[in-house]
Amino acid sequence: MNVKLEGITKVFPNRDRKDKTGVVAVRDFSIDIPDGELVCLLGPSGCGKSTLLYMICGLESPTEGKVFFGETDVTDIPSEKRGVGLVFQNYALYPHLTVRQNIRFPLENLKGSDKLTREDMEDKVLEAAKIVQIDGLLDRKPGQLSGGQQQRVAIARALVKMPKVLLMDEPLSNLDARLRLQTREEIRRIQRQTGITTIFVTHDQEEAMSISDRIVVMRDGVLHQIGHPQDVYNDPANMFVACFLGTPAVNVFNGEIKRGGLYIGNERVMDVNGVKEMPVWVGVRPEGFIPDPEGAFTCDLNGVDVLGRDISVVCSHKSCESVIRTIVSAESEVDCESKTVKFNLKPNKTYIFDKESEERIRFS
Amino acid sequence: MSSRKQLSGVNNVMTQVRGWLYLLPALLFLIAFMVYPLIDVFVYSYQEGFNSASQTSFGIGLYNYKYILRDPYFLKAVKNTFILVIITVPVSTGLSLLISLGLSSIQKLKNMFQTIFFLPYVTNTLAVGLVFMILFRKTPYTDGLVNLLIGKFGISPIDFIDGPYWAKMLVLSIYVIWIVMPFKILILTSALASVPEVYYQSAKIDGTSSWRVFWRITLPMISPMIFYLVITGFIGAFKAYSDAVAIFGVNLNAADMNTIVGYVYDMLYGDGGGYPSYASAAAIVLFAIVLTITVINLIVSRKATDNT
Repeated sequence: MNVKLEGITKVFPNRDRKDKTGVVAVRDFSIDIPDGELVCLLGPSGCGKSTLLYMICGLESPTEGKVFFGETDVTDIPSEKRGVGLVFQNYALYPHLTVRQNIRFPLENLKGSDKLTREDMEDKVLEAAKIVQIDGLLDRKPGQLSGGQQQRVAIARALVKMPKVLLMDEPLSNLDARLRLQTREEIRRIQRQTGITTIFVTHDQEEAMSISDRIVVMRDGVLHQIGHPQDVYNDPANMFVACFLGTPAVNVFNGEIKRGGLYIGNERVMDVNGVKEMPVWVGVRPEGFIPDPEGAFTCDLNGVDVLGRDISVVCSHKSCESVIRTIVSAESEVDCESKTVKFNLKPNKTYIFDKESEERIRFS
Repeated sequence: MSSRKQLSGVNNVMTQVRGWLYLLPALLFLIAFMVYPLIDVFVYSYQEGFNSASQTSFGIGLYNYKYILRDPYFLKAVKNTFILVIITVPVSTGLSLLISLGLSSIQKLKNMFQTIFFLPYVTNTLAVGLVFMILFRKTPYTDGLVNLLIGKFGISPIDFIDGPYWAKMLVLSIYVIWIVMPFKILILTSALASVPEVYYQSAKIDGTSSWRVFWRITLPMISPMIFYLVITGFIGAFKAYSDAVAIFGVNLNAADMNTIVGYVYDMLYGDGGGYPSYASAAAIVLFAIVLTITVINLIVSRKATDNT
């Protein structure tokens, strides 16, 4: 089932009753999510991604705009009739019910022609439990399970009805780092196995990059970019997307375009064609630096960290407010004793942004 | 290694001593005013014809128990108390649950209603009793407000305060329910508010009917509080006394409305007072009843929470 959002806006009324304007959580948001894909809604905390998820599942209704499941407009359809499964951030497993009863709960609600016999329910519960590999824990209470196991039960409960769309609200944020990695793979596997369109909310860019077919980057309720993870990483639409994706983050410099070249400080670091002369932000990915004794870009050397396969050259420059973190191959020769280090910049890892709008300026 | 172990052993003893030291003041008062009197009452109840002035008795035995268990006033008091408990505990708990559910589902004026429902709790027992008298009493001059009201349905006036037994029991039950409900509503509304919203959201997405949400989610989640209220409700209702006095006055035997605690009081200080032995035996019987009921309650509540 593909999911389409058309011009979704959500305004929450302000606490202060005199102020009628309200808080805009999501603004004019339109995306089209293809059938069977795993899509991540990615953005910093408070950017409206959970609100968006709640509008897709029907717990919140949009102030403006429409939600489509396939060809059907579900904007005014209550959540129980939308056929969605939702995994909550803190799982929301009923503590007084066993795992089996928890997973069976959605099935027991079915009425009329959908009503299942006890045996059918049992089969479906077992099937869902097997998918998430918790079939040995069915008679335990949620309190007797680890965080990761509870997470799987929550997923099984969301899956047992075979929802058309599976929604996950920061499902990994309560797990420790190791379990998070494991569960991430698990979710990917379950999604592939079931082929259910899955929308996954996270603020962790690494998680989003590794798990999803497509990521949706948003900030302050506004869509910034949508695309395949690698495409978004390689080709960010604006400065926010460039800075939000990737660790270490993009290094941002004050720069200027003049005489057909890009200047940082007084150095002409790169030839740039097809851009008019103006001051710009320059973003360079850590891997975009190539140490070269003849290089065009000189930085003050702070230190060199050996990371094994790579080395991280940490340096600073007066055009950059924070320290510059670069990742260069271990073979490159960097003189640790020297006060400065020279680089050449890779054009495809260097992005130029408008100073005002922070939109990407493309060059050749 | 061993010296460190010894050191921690010494520390352990020190902490324990300090702990007991902190508890000492409370323990002293509890022993002086709770434990000692309890033992005393127990002893009195086996002493035949104990005289508190001379501190003497005729002998030791079960005489006091035999006496009160044959005393029609005591048996009446036991019967009254049991009827009161059986009516008021379930009704007050059920009504409180309904009102709390109502309170937690409204948005506007919620605080105002919460305050209104809590008012009886801070109102004096005797003042409430006075109001009940005005509402229910039938005098030569007026039939009372309640009689006027039920008169509209063609029911002839009943003297609720000085009339038939069932009418008096009805008034007393309504009074007790009225008195105990505010506290139960307070506890239950906070219990309901403490059920996390996500459970309801999750149930909503799964299309759970509100009836099922109540039985499968809300009720199990607040059941510890309900059991707490039932247990304390039983204990409180078994100890009812001032309620009956507030409506029927101090001569409860004449009104046929005496309770077990009332009987104990009468035996100590009432018109035919001066019988600490009988009073003690009655108090011990009450204690045995309350203990039994509470143990049953605890067993039932534990079974129920295990099964859900």
